[in-house]
Amino acid sequence: MKIEEIYEVLTKQFGEAVLGFDTELAGDPNIRIAPSAIADVCQYLVETDTLAFDSLMCLSGVDLNAKDEDFAIVYHIYAMRHRHSVVLKTAVPKTDPHLPSVSHLWKTADWHEREAYDLYGILFEGHSDLRRILLPDDWDGYPLRKDYKEPEFYRGMRVPY
Amino acid sequence: METTPQTESKIIELKPFADEMVVNMGPQHPSTHGVLRLELKLDGEVVREAIPHIGYLHRCFEKHSENLSYPQIIPFTDRMDYVAAMNQNWGFCLAVEKLLEADESKEFEVPERAEYLRVLICELNRIASHLLSFGTYGMDMGAFTPFLYAFRDRERLLLLFEKVCGARLTYNYIRIGGVSEIIPLEPGSIAEQNFLDEIEAFLDYFEPLIDEYNELLTKNSIFSERTTRVAVMSAEMALSYGATGPNLRGSGVDWDLRRDEPYSIYDRFDFDVPVAVDVPELGSVVGDCWSRYKIRMDEMKESIRIVRQILAEGLPGGPVMAELKAVRPPKGEIYFRSEAPRGELGFYIVSDGTPKPVRLKGRSPCFSALSALQELSQGLMVADIIAIIGSIDIVMGEVDR
Repeated sequence: MKIEEIYEVLTKQFGEAVLGFDTELAGDPNIRIAPSAIADVCQYLVETDTLAFDSLMCLSGVDLNAKDEDFAIVYHIYAMRHRHSVVLKTAVPKTDPHLPSVSHLWKTADWHEREAYDLYGILFEGHSDLRRILLPDDWDGYPLRKDYKEPEFYRGMRVPY
Repeated sequence: METTPQTESKIIELKPFADEMVVNMGPQHPSTHGVLRLELKLDGEVVREAIPHIGYLHRCFEKHSENLSYPQIIPFTDRMDYVAAMNQNWGFCLAVEKLLEADESKEFEVPERAEYLRVLICELNRIASHLLSFGTYGMDMGAFTPFLYAFRDRERLLLLFEKVCGARLTYNYIRIGGVSEIIPLEPGSIAEQNFLDEIEAFLDYFEPLIDEYNELLTKNSIFSERTTRVAVMSAEMALSYGATGPNLRGSGVDWDLRRDEPYSIYDRFDFDVPVAVDVPELGSVVGDCWSRYKIRMDEMKESIRIVRQILAEGLPGGPVMAELKAVRPPKGEIYFRSEAPRGELGFYIVSDGTPKPVRLKGRSPCFSALSALQELSQGLMVADIIAIIGSIDIVMGEVDR
């Protein structure tokens, strides 16, 4: 199925939770989804036989600009059987970044969501074990945020070099 | 020093039962293939839970990339999977090239000669990477000889890489739009002929050795006892955990990006994709450690086949770099994946039209495959943990980025 057709299927099923279809920019087109509906949309993508998206290739947090009000979370999903792929994008406000987890649908999302939490501070509701993964547990702040300032010292060691 | 509130509020809860013992394995351990730390909760010698702790090799690759221009990022990709750095360079360059192609105002094409050199070098690097995996896995399982053999043969490959780019491990050879010309390899020159002859000599020497190694280790009864029927990963589980490459094919899924989503010039070559099957005479079932290991041994033969086809055709002439004034992709984003020796290497690039990416995410195959360890290891023996780690073939540089 082409991404245009998937977009139509999703709008029919979820109505207003599907916010739009971005094709203007170069590269991959993506479907914008409301953050609260992301787990339901993903579940539908996994369980519907004609879609059967059984593999989550990549889940990334994105912070485009320090002035932006939102973080984006991007899901690259692939269906082995039908050999089609889709890019879902959702946005959560930086002041209160939280959205439902998809780790019950694809187990790989477990670590990918932990990474997004670690580096962006995005909270995934329903994740069984949301803690830092790449950085130490007592690290301060979320480094991939554009407004991040590294701490002066970490455990007595000077951080900026 | 101030402690953060996060640590103060953290309550560590231990639920010990009669015989539980918590053993810390790593990060400095010869069999964890780098700095992986495992928190093992044991009941006698049975593993109740193995919790991986990663990040000891975190080098802030993604944060660095946001402050570097695209060509400057390539050396950083070298340090991701440092035993198959050519493939990492290539994966990144492919993603950037794909995004550059989306800009219709600037036309550019990777020259034919560069494509051939890329496939040639990357397939040789795949052999080197699988050789290392074979050698260290043998050593993990208690056989020291394969390790020495593997490093002996890998050395010849590293010397070839050194001839073409001057480095043994971190190559920075494949560039956006072509390959590096730092050591000129003129079309039709004696240097080129010597280089190709040396590759052919290596293949002639190495191809029969694979069968020897299979006799030595693959079919060895001690080795197969240790690895067959251990940690069976079903196809569904492998897909769900995002295991790719040899790990996915070891679970019986017939999938290879080089064949199924051909990029570069892979559609011109004739090669098979090894997929695991039950091997009753050794007691192996699809998805066990032995199957994952065996896929790598078979893949080396396929890589040799591809390289031989290139050698038979000869390298085409012409330039090795596309004419690119500046690497400045258009505003947009791309996710591109390629088949690295350890699986699907993806790069997600968000560009705002400037020479630096706004966001770069490396989707590392080892990162996803390693997350399956916790489920795979439940109820096994401590020694089986080593067998699993070796069979999923992780490189921590790529897991931690």
